[in-house]
Amino acid sequence: MAQGVWTIAEQRDGEIRKITYEIVSEGRRLADALGQELTVILLGSNIKDTAAELGQYGADKVLVADDSRLEPYTTDAYVSVISELVKANDPQILILGASVQGKDLSARLAASLDVGMAQDCTVFAIEDGNLVATRPIYAGKAYAKVTFENSLPQMAAARPKVMSISEPDSSKSAEVVDASFTLDDGDLKTKVVDVAEDEGGKVDLTEADKIVSGGRGMKGPENYNILEELADLIGASVGASRSAVDAGWRPHSDQVGQTGKVVSPNLYIACGISGAIQHLAGMSTSKVIVAINKDEDAPIFQKADYGVVGDLFDVVPALTEEVKKYL
Amino acid sequence: MNIIVCLKQVPDTESQIKIGSDGRSIMTDDIKWVMNPYDEFGVEEALRLKEKHGGEVTVVGLGPKRVTESLRTALAMGADKGVLVSDEALDGSDSLASAKAIAEAVKDLDYDLIFTGQRGVDDDLGLVGATIAELLGIPQLSLIVKVEVAEDGKSVKVERPIEGETLIIESTLPALITVQKGLNEPRYASLPGIMKAKKKPLEEKTLADLGLDSAGFGEGARKLKILELTPPPERAEGKIVEGETPQEKAAELAKLLHEEAKVI
Repeated sequence: MAQGVWTIAEQRDGEIRKITYEIVSEGRRLADALGQELTVILLGSNIKDTAAELGQYGADKVLVADDSRLEPYTTDAYVSVISELVKANDPQILILGASVQGKDLSARLAASLDVGMAQDCTVFAIEDGNLVATRPIYAGKAYAKVTFENSLPQMAAARPKVMSISEPDSSKSAEVVDASFTLDDGDLKTKVVDVAEDEGGKVDLTEADKIVSGGRGMKGPENYNILEELADLIGASVGASRSAVDAGWRPHSDQVGQTGKVVSPNLYIACGISGAIQHLAGMSTSKVIVAINKDEDAPIFQKADYGVVGDLFDVVPALTEEVKKYL
Repeated sequence: MNIIVCLKQVPDTESQIKIGSDGRSIMTDDIKWVMNPYDEFGVEEALRLKEKHGGEVTVVGLGPKRVTESLRTALAMGADKGVLVSDEALDGSDSLASAKAIAEAVKDLDYDLIFTGQRGVDDDLGLVGATIAELLGIPQLSLIVKVEVAEDGKSVKVERPIEGETLIIESTLPALITVQKGLNEPRYASLPGIMKAKKKPLEEKTLADLGLDSAGFGEGARKLKILELTPPPERAEGKIVEGETPQEKAAELAKLLHEEAKVI
């Protein structure tokens, strides 16, 4: 019988990524609810030293697959190894993070295991001994509560920045076990040939703690500096609405909304964004929403915790000055 | 270079989504159906590659008869022929089952590349592309913003932005690429294109035509079961920040963000 909760760790260049702590903490909660063990699967090259620390977040065991072909991440290599480990160990639940890598991996892994897969979930629960997941659909215009049938492991990925990270307990350490697996070079059809760092090293919108976002009301690309000043000051990333991106003012990677990024920062400041339904869909899980817009009837105000009716070109620079008092 | 583009039809992104009376599906009465926006990038990229390397572009859709409209749109943009997999037994199928039907429909076609959108903007699952690739036994390259096919047509180099970096990945062909915004600007269908599209071949296939048993499809065969759909959680009523001048409003907002919301 399938037994145990597994989470797939995400690391880059040997460094454990934050999403890993989120899903390990959540995995612990699910394992406790079931009275089962939590195993973390860690893949990479020379990464064993980072494994034991995951015990502080609740891992009972860390299964380490160490191989030079597992760094950097490729779909082929990861799916081959994890699929083999899952088939050999038969876990009941398999949780990943819905980062870019996690979305790619989970989709192919689910197909390879021929199981159902709940992507980008915001809530997990155990009901009658089974995983039940809640996930936004239509980019958050509705929520679906889903479960699994004739489908083991019960597989799901957690939206970044939603699951809370447990306070690490330094008295705890996980049992670290070398995974046994085979990896056939003939199966590896893709290869990472280069990595380009993003300019400015800014935090990706999906991982940002705060976002200052600008829309059509910004009037042109040259005006985003006022958002950047505020963003730099409070440690935020700068986002944009679809109309600003379609106008060519901002890169596509900055777009928040149903056809862009779906974000859940602690603070979202929407400047000159009217709040088209496809934009609201992409940011409505933000914890605190501020809207600054001169049109008091703009739909964005219906989603905002704090609305400022006024010209953003006056309000935003004034806000930048005012927040300095609290930093 | 022969290319397949898989299309989905989804509610327009401006649509309001209302939950149906069964509590597990959406009301479709007022929905305007469009080609999934991410799939448009796939059609465009396929057409550009065809213009450069020659070959044929086939668009494949799955769903009820209305999906024909989206296939015709792609034909009007310049695709050569279409295949619609349509069968009542498919209604309510999950991504796994849908991908199985699509994979069956394309597996005997001659292709070097398959494009799908990185996800449908309805279920937001992003599973069908990867599942088709798995079933066909070809590599997948997901969330791609740049595609370069080698001169000899044997390999492809793509760019995938991840958090803070962009990976440049090479793969053998055939491969399946899931595309996202930033790849290109999809063209509009021209009037002559629309006229021509009416005469382009569009084949319809049922599960039986594909040699598939309908028992493996539909609501009853779902591995990911929908228990219920709910509207998004209501947000608490917000407040309008008061003040006579922009400066006063900004001061009050900064204070609220610090003292009440505790985010600054």
